[in-house]
Amino acid sequence: MNLFIETFIGGLLAGTMYSLVAIGFVLIYKASGVFNFAQGSILLFSALTFVTLKESGIPFVVAVGITIGVLIVGAIAIERLLLRPLANRSPMTLFMATLGLSYIVEGLAQGLMGAQVHPLDLGIEDVPIFIGGVLISQFDVVAAITALVLVAILALLFNKTRIGISLRAVADDTRAALSIGINLNRIWQIVWAVAGIVGLVAGMLWGARQGVQFSLSLVVLKALPVLIIGGFTSIGGAIAGGLIVGAAENLAETYIGPFIGGGITPWFAYFLALAFLYVRPAGLFGELAIERV
Amino acid sequence: MTLDVSREYDVQPLWLADRKIGWGVPLLLVLTFVVIPLLGNEYWLNAIFVPFLILSLAGIGLNLLTGYAGQTSLGSGGFMAVGAFATFSLVTHVKFISLPPALFLAGLIAGLVGLVFGIPSGRIKGFYLMVSSLAAQFFLEWVFQKFPWFYNYGSSGTISLPRLDIFGFNGGSSIGRYYLTLVIVVALTWVAANLVRSHVGRNWMAIRDMDTAAAVIGIPVDRYKILAFAVSSFYLGIAGALWAFAYLGAASVQSFGIARSFQIIFIIIIGGMGSITGNFIGAAFISLLPLALDYTVQSIFSGHVDAGLLQNIQKAIFGFLIIWFLIKEPDGIARLVKTFGERLSAWPLRF
Amino acid sequence: MRSFLLKTILAAALAGTTLSVLPAAHSAPGEQYVPLPTYRVGPYASSGTLWWAGERDYFRYINEVEGGIDGVKLAVEEFETEWSPDRTVEVYERIKNGRDGSPVAFFFTHGTPASYALIEKGAADKIPLIDPAGGRTESTDGKVFPYAYPLLFNYYSQASVGINYIAQKEGGFDKLKGKKIVTVYHDSAYGRETQAAVELLAKKYGFENFQIPVADPGSEQSPQWRQVREIKPDWVFLRTWGVSTPVAIKTAARFGVPADRIIGDVWAGSEADVIPAGAAAKGYQALAPYPGGANFEIHERLRKSILDTGKSDLKDPKFFGAVYYNIGLINAVLAVEALRTGHTKFGNRPLNGEEGRWAFEHLEIDDARLKKIGFLGLLQPIKLSPSDHEGGGAARIQQWDGEKWNLVTDWIQADRETLRPLIEAKSAAYAKEHGITPSDAGKTTGKAE
Repeated sequence: MNLFIETFIGGLLAGTMYSLVAIGFVLIYKASGVFNFAQGSILLFSALTFVTLKESGIPFVVAVGITIGVLIVGAIAIERLLLRPLANRSPMTLFMATLGLSYIVEGLAQGLMGAQVHPLDLGIEDVPIFIGGVLISQFDVVAAITALVLVAILALLFNKTRIGISLRAVADDTRAALSIGINLNRIWQIVWAVAGIVGLVAGMLWGARQGVQFSLSLVVLKALPVLIIGGFTSIGGAIAGGLIVGAAENLAETYIGPFIGGGITPWFAYFLALAFLYVRPAGLFGELAIERV
Repeated sequence: MTLDVSREYDVQPLWLADRKIGWGVPLLLVLTFVVIPLLGNEYWLNAIFVPFLILSLAGIGLNLLTGYAGQTSLGSGGFMAVGAFATFSLVTHVKFISLPPALFLAGLIAGLVGLVFGIPSGRIKGFYLMVSSLAAQFFLEWVFQKFPWFYNYGSSGTISLPRLDIFGFNGGSSIGRYYLTLVIVVALTWVAANLVRSHVGRNWMAIRDMDTAAAVIGIPVDRYKILAFAVSSFYLGIAGALWAFAYLGAASVQSFGIARSFQIIFIIIIGGMGSITGNFIGAAFISLLPLALDYTVQSIFSGHVDAGLLQNIQKAIFGFLIIWFLIKEPDGIARLVKTFGERLSAWPLRF
Repeated sequence: MRSFLLKTILAAALAGTTLSVLPAAHSAPGEQYVPLPTYRVGPYASSGTLWWAGERDYFRYINEVEGGIDGVKLAVEEFETEWSPDRTVEVYERIKNGRDGSPVAFFFTHGTPASYALIEKGAADKIPLIDPAGGRTESTDGKVFPYAYPLLFNYYSQASVGINYIAQKEGGFDKLKGKKIVTVYHDSAYGRETQAAVELLAKKYGFENFQIPVADPGSEQSPQWRQVREIKPDWVFLRTWGVSTPVAIKTAARFGVPADRIIGDVWAGSEADVIPAGAAAKGYQALAPYPGGANFEIHERLRKSILDTGKSDLKDPKFFGAVYYNIGLINAVLAVEALRTGHTKFGNRPLNGEEGRWAFEHLEIDDARLKKIGFLGLLQPIKLSPSDHEGGGAARIQQWDGEKWNLVTDWIQADRETLRPLIEAKSAAYAKEHGITPSDAGKTTGKAE
């Protein structure tokens, strides 16, 4: 029984790491309708920038600040050079464009900052905490708290600030938002910058766990099932999806895995997502698309 | 469209347009069947033409599913793996079978697998379908990695055929592989071209454009979607088998990973979704571009700039070109070429 | 149909222009062509860039300081593969006939999957495939695999040295009985290569053998290490690669498996594997047929002539002497010494593939020679033969102290006699499947032995 609880809680916490990545996707999809496959590369790029700055002696906070600056510049560039020329194109085209973007960002990241692995020490010890015989990772707990704080900040952003409300307006009905004078381009730049910052936070946590290296951009493949289960358009859904995927994956690997040879994590989450889709084709919290002729 | 008005009404032909083949296709066939093998050296045949043909075939497969039937799929790599491993199993365990029937059967097996993974398409659409195709991709990768039966318990997990037995004689030479690939690709292209012009193709396109309307006018949407998955996987399976045995010689699941799926989807995007010739153009682009880029960049910068930086910049340039193409011509190079051809035929008048 | 014809013409023209873009020649007829399929892009670039730096630096040293190998200079050329075996095959096809009259004597595959993919092609084209500490284990049997060389340290030897070290630490082979040794492996052919050997050794010495897979890429391993914790092992053998290694070490620490009870294999024993794991990696041991460290004699020489003169391929000199850099040095020196051996028979000229085969099969480097070339302590004494393409089978153990790798043992030899029957069984199976008759020892062009 202890094993079950431990696996379950461990999975929940691991899942919040996936949610962090998924939140970036949700932001961009909500506001610009683009499924941003480059989120993983942006995560890598931001983490790498931060680490490179920090290793050259710049203090933590300043490095974060500079990285955010770079991300803002990047968001503006992406909006100008990618989103504007491709406005009104099919979602598939935009997705392909973000695939191309991911190549560019990865190439720049490794080309400019080198391919070496960088350790990232955020000062969080990865020691186990024992609660009644159940082992919980301190690092995972901190990650989970960070995710919740992030969601709270984003919720504040969306509900209380002008920019946030404009974002929601754009997500709800782009044309109506345009017609009342909201500057769509500015909104997109802001959203991509915020998504980049969310990516930075996720990148820092993932980097602390496994080192800042190229495979960081592959976490995006873990975030996709989370998005499906939670829905593409809901941040709360991203958290819920992450929890479900994390717990299920862990439990499956421990209890089902040994019967079929183990190592089932690559596809299990996807099958779970598929099963969810059958029941709710738009994810748990996603918007059901109404199809018209 | 020619209407011969010089004849009497009752002897007018029933169809208004002659389907002239013209001399474009025969010229191409002569070029590929006769000229290239005579002129080409081993490297060009082995390492350029054969993969180009195979990638075009894979592109046709995915195009039928995504370009014509509108079902986005990122599972192409997995279905190619099914074809390759199925061929291997057939040839290894069914002693007297020759390669072409083995390829055909393997294609059928891949088609069956595709059919199974296509069942969700009835309920799931758009990006969600794309992500569920990833389920197929990762699951199939895992299966061929995990169960040693598929690679005949070899410790390296790779599959290879000791000889390419084409109805008795050995097709293992570079000319043999080239012809094997060429014949199969030409035949399957012909089938695909006819398929998309038939009612099947038209139904697919109706589903792609607006599946609700298609259902309203009575097209059995679910059945055609599943058919698209099956046919597409058939093509992909054969392409995968050819990739493993006619090109590489030995392959493992790694050759059919998600990078391969991305590569094929790039081929159809750049070549043109919803076109058959587009696949060939896209495959040429994707297979030749890295080489051309490498050569150009190396000859200009080599020795002066760090090699790692150069390689990564090339990757960035590749991504940039993809975006550029998407901006300039979302229907792919095929459309660009068609427009150019139409301009030429109207020249010197402005188009 | 005009537009179709026009489309065809346009496509042909496009193809023609790109077709004419054939890579230009980079070497002269009197030189030995050395193609390197590299990866500077992608997830493994962090190891790769150091590896090629080691190779290029040593080749440069040979060319510039020693004037080539017996006067024959090396023409080195790189090709990017992003670690994809498919692209390595394409590179192989491109270079197998040499360049501009300079022949290819051998081909570094730089990766086990690429070795697997090229085994048949190498045999058909008669080009030796060199993959030190990697490759297909059964290709140690050179009679069935005349053109595949898992030099120095094949996977079975790795398992054996690991077990021998454990025995050393436990105080003798008899103490192994009843102990629990868990192997956490990357779920791929690479990770599974050692299973047969460990099973055999478990039967021989009586320890319990547990095998636990980690799926690629292995960024989340709590379920696996929870299982390990349930088993309560005495030792853990880590056979991972890439990001799964630091995650493994960290997760192991979290679940109470101390790093000094974990032994990593060759490809889980570099700086990139331990640095991200931080404090958890202190005490972690790894098999080192390629020890880390910049204090060997060859490093002094290279420092003087290559590093300090700014001619090094390393972007950051702090990696001079890193494990992967030394891997590059060792790969390069094995090739150079083999070519030297070949020159004694064929004369001081560039060698082709068949001659390269003879050269590698007769490669022998003893302690005296190691001292002369500056590799004493870094490279083990090695002797190949037509039936033994491994030649060495020993490794030292290095331990991470948080800052650098420290060598804690001398060369530990693998139990090659016990493992040989296993290898021969597998190579015989391969020979049967592919219809190969094992060649007689020493059967090469113009050789009468």
